[in-house]
Amino acid sequence: MSFLTVKNINKSFGSTEVLRGIDLAINKGEVVAIIGSSGSGKTTLLRCLNFLEIADIGEISVDGEVIFASDGTRAFSDRELREKRSRFGLVFQSFNLFPQYTAFENLTLAPKLKLEERVKKEHLAAAERKAELARITARAADLLEQVGLSEKRDFYPCQLSGGQQQRVAIARALMLSPDILCFDEPTSALDPELTGEVLRVIRSLKNSERTMIIVTHEMEFARNVADHVIFMADGVIEEEGTPDEVFGNPKSEKTKAFLAVDKG
Amino acid sequence: MALFFEVTLSLLKGFGTTCSIFGLTLVLALPLGLLISFGTMSKFRPVKAVFKTFVWIIRGVPLMLQLFVVFYVPGFLFGMPIASRFVSTIIAFVINYACYFSEIYRAGIEAIPTGQTEAGEVLGMTKWQIFRKVIFMQVVKRIIPPMGNEIITLVKDTALARVIAVTEIIWRAEQFTSRALIWPLFYTAVFYLAFVGALTLLFGWAEKKLAYYKV
Repeated sequence: MSFLTVKNINKSFGSTEVLRGIDLAINKGEVVAIIGSSGSGKTTLLRCLNFLEIADIGEISVDGEVIFASDGTRAFSDRELREKRSRFGLVFQSFNLFPQYTAFENLTLAPKLKLEERVKKEHLAAAERKAELARITARAADLLEQVGLSEKRDFYPCQLSGGQQQRVAIARALMLSPDILCFDEPTSALDPELTGEVLRVIRSLKNSERTMIIVTHEMEFARNVADHVIFMADGVIEEEGTPDEVFGNPKSEKTKAFLAVDKG
Repeated sequence: MALFFEVTLSLLKGFGTTCSIFGLTLVLALPLGLLISFGTMSKFRPVKAVFKTFVWIIRGVPLMLQLFVVFYVPGFLFGMPIASRFVSTIIAFVINYACYFSEIYRAGIEAIPTGQTEAGEVLGMTKWQIFRKVIFMQVVKRIIPPMGNEIITLVKDTALARVIAVTEIIWRAEQFTSRALIWPLFYTAVFYLAFVGALTLLFGWAEKKLAYYKV
């Protein structure tokens, strides 16, 4: 039984059909790379999983539980979407760190707000609140260390390089321990010499508990790190399989053409 | 010399009223302007239309006329004249400035990349948390220069209250013309200049204070 199951996701913007019946089945701890040319719907698929876009039609289940099902007839409230989003984390192409907060504060902001909500709702005792705060601080310090930025904890985003900013963004996404961590072209906005450090960090996150979906143009990275590769074209999954199958022996003409162009 | 002190004292009294109009307008119009900006950015079309029309009317009519309307119209229409000239002035100024501020807020808010909101959303923050904790301070930083401009205009617009005989500094200075003294009127400029000078320093300081991050 797969951990994340996506059935028949359809999404249109106006009259443009961006996703046309996407099905996915991803196992726990699996790393999936989604490749394909611009406009193929990769990013929209990722945004639908994080509910930044709401799929018109389709179903999403995590760990056997249907968290989203739409036949296109009903709207979802902010509260519902927030609930659904908690299963997913997303690292953006353009980092989207909060500029007025330090690296460390970027990590702790959302968990602290969540804690304050809990304090109000559950009337947590002061001691318990303090313990939770300490836990958040410790976790943030741990994660900054994991991405190799402990000494930058009090730096503001504008004082960090693009690669460092993206590493902070990755740590921030991990703060709430999402079941599935998504990356939307995490290195596309970086100078070539900075992509390495970000890819190294992503690779280091791979473990049996963490499911990751990475939309990327880094073919070498997809080939080396992913367990499963999906090639998208025109809003459908054109081909998928192990990296060796997709890169080594592509069956679809579109995949072949795409990979040939990429090799230059 | 005695005359100079007499004039200065009188102008200082007027300047106190000027400062009251300024301070009250600012304190009330800054939050009201933010609310109006939410209205003009509403996704619900009728609400948006109402607020946009309101801003158009207020920005499209002279503030002096609005002062007359607030002061006289309640009396004409409902037989309930506003008791205080000062209160009418504050009402007219707050509404007028809130509308100008609302457009500055709107420009500031719309300039924040949607990625900031989306980043908050995927971190499970509520819309209100995102606005309060992420967007607002970025908006503040962006709008300090245009806000400063508008606030400096407000200092001098307070002189319009004179048209409904509020005893602000210009009105006080004019009282001396009946004694064939014109220089007190020009002397008021010193007060305005000192006030605006202090505000300019304050805005410069605020900009520096927020220079530690870039938006």
